[in-house]
Amino acid sequence: MRKTWRTGGIVEVGLPSWIYVPALAGALFILAPLLAILLKIDWAQFISLITSESSLAAMALSLKTATASTVVCVLVGAPMALVLARGNFPGLRALRALVLLPLVLPPVVGGIALLYTFGRQGLLGHQLDVLGIQIAFSTTAVVLAQSFVSLPFLVISLEGALRSAGSGYDHIAATLGARPTTVLRTVTLPLVLPGLISGAVLAFARSLGEFGATLTFAGSLQGVTRTLPLEIYLQRETDADAAVALSLLLIVVAALIVIASASRRLTGPL
Amino acid sequence: MSGVRVQTGLDQRGVEFDLNLDDGEVLAVLGPNGAGKSTLLLLIAGLLRPDRGRIEVGGTVVTDTRTGTSVPPHARGVAMLSQQAMLFPHLSVIANVAYAPRCQGQSRSAARTIAQRWLEAVDASHLADRRPGQLSGGQSQRVAIARALAAEPRLLLLDEPMSALDVTAAPALRRLLRKILRTERRTAIIVTHDLIDALAVADKVAVVENGRVVEHGPVRGVLSAPRSGFAARIAGINLIPGAISGPGVIRTPWGADISGIGALDPGVAAIALFRPGAVAVHLDPPHASPRNVIAVTIAELDMHGIGVRVRGADQPDGGTGLAADITAASAADLDLEPGKTVYFVVKAQEVELHPALSAAT
Amino acid sequence: MKPIVGVIAVTCVAAVAAGCSSSPQDTDGEVLVFAAASLKSTFTELGSQFERDHPGSKVSFNFAGSSALVAQLQQGAPADVFASADNTNMAKAVNAGLVAGDPIDFAKNTLVIVTPPVTSWRIDSFADLIQPGIQIVVCAPPVPCGSATEEVEKATGVTLTPVSEESAVTDVLGKITTGQADAGLVYTTDAAAAGDTVTSIPFPESSGVVNTYPIAVLDDSTNRAAAQDFVDLVSGPQGQKVLAAAGFAAP
Repeated sequence: MRKTWRTGGIVEVGLPSWIYVPALAGALFILAPLLAILLKIDWAQFISLITSESSLAAMALSLKTATASTVVCVLVGAPMALVLARGNFPGLRALRALVLLPLVLPPVVGGIALLYTFGRQGLLGHQLDVLGIQIAFSTTAVVLAQSFVSLPFLVISLEGALRSAGSGYDHIAATLGARPTTVLRTVTLPLVLPGLISGAVLAFARSLGEFGATLTFAGSLQGVTRTLPLEIYLQRETDADAAVALSLLLIVVAALIVIASASRRLTGPL
Repeated sequence: MSGVRVQTGLDQRGVEFDLNLDDGEVLAVLGPNGAGKSTLLLLIAGLLRPDRGRIEVGGTVVTDTRTGTSVPPHARGVAMLSQQAMLFPHLSVIANVAYAPRCQGQSRSAARTIAQRWLEAVDASHLADRRPGQLSGGQSQRVAIARALAAEPRLLLLDEPMSALDVTAAPALRRLLRKILRTERRTAIIVTHDLIDALAVADKVAVVENGRVVEHGPVRGVLSAPRSGFAARIAGINLIPGAISGPGVIRTPWGADISGIGALDPGVAAIALFRPGAVAVHLDPPHASPRNVIAVTIAELDMHGIGVRVRGADQPDGGTGLAADITAASAADLDLEPGKTVYFVVKAQEVELHPALSAAT
Repeated sequence: MKPIVGVIAVTCVAAVAAGCSSSPQDTDGEVLVFAAASLKSTFTELGSQFERDHPGSKVSFNFAGSSALVAQLQQGAPADVFASADNTNMAKAVNAGLVAGDPIDFAKNTLVIVTPPVTSWRIDSFADLIQPGIQIVVCAPPVPCGSATEEVEKATGVTLTPVSEESAVTDVLGKITTGQADAGLVYTTDAAAAGDTVTSIPFPESSGVVNTYPIAVLDDSTNRAAAQDFVDLVSGPQGQKVLAAAGFAAP
């Protein structure tokens, strides 16, 4: 009997065949709940459920706020990543640990912390109130809550990219006459663009799904603070079909983001 | 008085340098790995800050720890080239070369024109629109040279530019460097562990060992009469240190006596130099004088041109083992192999005695 | 193939073991009560009383939003008693065939205005909730207390503009007690439970909108007798006393 021969290529020596079993189990673990939702959908009603006034308002708000918070994360997080990757001062390690804090905090705890900072009687909220700036219950609060939880994703992703890119090119650019800002603009950032983009995509996805901090800090009002996850939470009380339909909508958007970020361009060298 | 003057120290890397270079001169810096040669370049470029000292480039003081002066790297007029070309991957070849002119404020088109001129000077015009990833090692280095020159630097620093190139690409690049550095009289420092680079391109050579400059001077002088072990090794000359014990006799620290030519006072620290070609290899010690007979345990046998170089084990004081060049036929007759003890015999007339350097190994 | 078979076998055994340990014991005297979240403190007390009156019995609770409880029951969660915060959800349970016999109303809850103990806002009536600049929070319409709020708005003709519509009464209360909002609408029981952390302001129109709490024995109950005993306790004089003390009105 002749065995069929696979096409030529690399021989994987560190991948024993049994490892496919737990890997498959893990994949099923993630796919099964998604499949369960797909099966539960009332397809006849689906379109009307996701195009209802409250659903569209929630989706629009989610996209708007997630975009805004991603921009905030990039504007604030990129400098942080640069400092963490290239800086050299006492307390750098402690700073990095602090930046990672929102990753391990339950989002509700994050929301409570934001409340005590920016709430009407909060640390800064009180001062801002005097100036006439009200953050609580506003869309700004939603953006703040989302930025708080998403920032670490961008910082860690970009810091990793900066570390692997190294400073070699920056040094050359300097000797060619580039001032530090020019080096940053023309060499450092272009070289880590894939890392920056994938960090931004992660931050966007995290912002889109943010729930606990938003609920605690920003409140829930259609069109103002009720993002899609909050709308799903509310619909769950009365209309399970609507909740499931909206859940599928959120899953589809998340899947699109994940697929887009996994594209080759972003995982190329450097 | 212009040129380059360096007097600095950096404890973190265990280096202490003191050397000068005149305008239009090329200095080759030789030394074993880890000696601190790259550190020297980084200090001059301003990419490393010293603990103490003063560095002057083209009449401008760029570093002075006493007055607190530290000119940032982008303002020193010092361009660097390393082993890897390090062309910016996200820019085309011509954009790479145009980088420095753009930094200096030139418009896009003016910078492009300048870049084209330099690409022509290094015979790389046909590569203008390629991406760095599409170039070979030799091509990348050419473009890197053009990029550095486009910055119109006062001083060019080259850190082992040929070491990553293969045997066919290196000579072409060497010719290019010779043209650009020697014929155009640029001030440059080239770090290399390859003797040929020094010969082809440099006016002066400095030998760095353990973070210190142990020898410096004109290329021919240092290589024909090296004073330090490293220089001797790469110059392919045998060097034995000691002190003058009598007229024309040097006594080594391990008690051997070597006779040679050189009028030095007794007691003076000295070195004995002789070429491997002047050494005869015998299986038994001969008794004719005036000859020096040195017992040597063979460490390795290498092909050397059409002959064989017999390299002995390190000398008792740790110095590089002695070398003898013999014909292949002799090697076969003597039935040489590593581990065997043989006798190196060299006539006194072939041995030169020189005073040792005050701070030499 | 061998390793895969082993893994599958272990997984199956684990699943069975987990399944076994999660099903309730069928011994005499165990009652599992699904009750609306707003009944937590009262029912816990009544549960202890039941255990004292019926030695050897055990009462356990599952407190959650009424609609969440109905959803769980519809998915087949086993329970003996269901107490809902409104008739709508009990009706869902009845229509799904989950209830044995008829549900009985055992309490009523009305809305009340709450404010932080110290506030610069003057609120004496429902209409004061639309003063310019005031920030109020209410329950969202899909939630029982939210629909009650909407009914009051209709009855009084006063349309509120809250800054937030929460999905749970506890969240409304939370925003008041932490000073995030100036006023809110919650149940009298919630206000009573919050004690000194809020100031309650009753308003006459509240009596027009009442939330009735029904309780029923479930069809799936494995301990009908004990379940019925518990329902009797809740609707009887002892239960009514406890409920009244918490702020509930008589059914």
